[in-house]
Amino acid sequence: MNLISFLQYTFIQKAFLAGAFISVTCAALGMFLVLRKMSLISDGLSHLSFGAIAVGLFFGVYPYYIAVPLVMAGSYLILKITEKAKVYGDASIGIVSAVGIAGGVIIASLSKGFNVDLFSYLFGSILSIRTVEVFLSLLLSLTVLTILYFYYWDLFSATFDVEYAKTTGIKTNKINVILTLLTSLVVVLSVKVVGVLLVSALMILPAAAALQIANGFRSAIFIGCCFSLISVLAGITFSFFLDLPTGATIVMINAIIFALALLYKKIS
Amino acid sequence: MAIIDIKNVSVSYNSHEALKDISCKVETGDFIGFVGPNGAGKTTLIKAIFGLVPVKEGNIELFGTPAKKFTNWDKIGYLPQQSTSINPLFPANVREVVLLGLLSRKKWPRKITRHDRTKVDEIAEKLKIGHLKKRMFSELSGGQQQKVLLARCLVSEPQLLIFDEPSTALDPDSRESFFELIKDLNIKSKIAVILITHDTGYVGRFAEKLLYLDKNLIFFGKFSDFCKSEKMGLYFGEHHQHIICHQHHDASDKHHHTHYPPHDAIEGEKI
Repeated sequence: MNLISFLQYTFIQKAFLAGAFISVTCAALGMFLVLRKMSLISDGLSHLSFGAIAVGLFFGVYPYYIAVPLVMAGSYLILKITEKAKVYGDASIGIVSAVGIAGGVIIASLSKGFNVDLFSYLFGSILSIRTVEVFLSLLLSLTVLTILYFYYWDLFSATFDVEYAKTTGIKTNKINVILTLLTSLVVVLSVKVVGVLLVSALMILPAAAALQIANGFRSAIFIGCCFSLISVLAGITFSFFLDLPTGATIVMINAIIFALALLYKKIS
Repeated sequence: MAIIDIKNVSVSYNSHEALKDISCKVETGDFIGFVGPNGAGKTTLIKAIFGLVPVKEGNIELFGTPAKKFTNWDKIGYLPQQSTSINPLFPANVREVVLLGLLSRKKWPRKITRHDRTKVDEIAEKLKIGHLKKRMFSELSGGQQQKVLLARCLVSEPQLLIFDEPSTALDPDSRESFFELIKDLNIKSKIAVILITHDTGYVGRFAEKLLYLDKNLIFFGKFSDFCKSEKMGLYFGEHHQHIICHQHHDASDKHHHTHYPPHDAIEGEKI
């Protein structure tokens, strides 16, 4: 099969369209998370999404309708636990993450019928993305990107120098809440692309690679988005032709880009 | 109208009292040294001004407006303690960092215009960092970074500048030229300056007024009054009072040798 006929498949077109939007959104948001030392919140929330998807499948509701509000609530809980329980953010992420996985496993064992469905969410299945999921991905991606656009300078300032940002009237606590809620949306979206276990890679690796070679913040975000887009489109293509799992291929391409960026930095 | 009017302010963290009954005023063109040992409440007082810690008792007014209702943050430029607040991995270039100083005069959604970029270029040229505009902030020397952060403070044309231990990251030569620059801004542009430091020996070379804190207000007024005060002589011991005043009187002598009295000595001489 050649590339032209490959691109004529409807399921490939859908995967490309949704993948392109999700990859750009992940990279843009991931840049802020990486710089704020919050990268692992995406990992914790993806584990929580596993539990939330299990709840959806158990009750026969479309899993994303359950996952979006539940994971958003979980992200807010992470902030509240950090604030109230005298623990650092990583510990509260650990708590919510563990509860998510444990809940998912218990529900899966209770049902006995949908384990196959549930496990497809562990590793992603973008080639089987449905039309409604493509629209949902577009809608949520555009929502997240629009919010990032309008809060760009607030996020920039609060990430670069939080103490200074406060003195210029920027509500840094509100920025934290916005960032965490957006992360929960993006995590749920990305589960379809790379799966629960690899979501954090999609948010961390493009940003980490871009940081090696960027010469300004705007260029860092732009480069990160390009890397992410390339990895997702190339990952879908290679996985199809080489008969490899798509999610894992995307992540490995991201890792290769990161290694090349490191090498470029060293050489230049 | 005072720029800042602090009346009987007390601040507590849980049950720990960080500041007790502080009153002072900052007027146009003032250059005030906020001095005191570590943990004396200097930074807490600044945080109280910015509304970042709750004030337990008393009132703070900024430009005649109660601090809680104050929104014109572009009138105040703040340089926090550098080492603790800046994200060292952040890939910002110098121009982007200076642009942050203009956010305080913008309402959401904050957008940067061509005019803003021109303003940034102007202030960069004024502070002689124009050639660094496209360089990454994290790759600059301590002295260069400090100048960029000063540009960030100045770009919004503030009427008050607050510096929190600005000399920590600087070598002696950079420190000297940095303070000269601040003094110049204070005199020529009439910008009021608050300089927070625990370095009692140095501040008098530049500041006209002294605010000495140690949870309570020990002294607030002109250096000349501090020097004449018998009460302060008793509190600090004549030797240390003399060192602070000696520095002050020699402010015009650029080759003057600077003493740095250990601040333990200050505490040791308290009554």
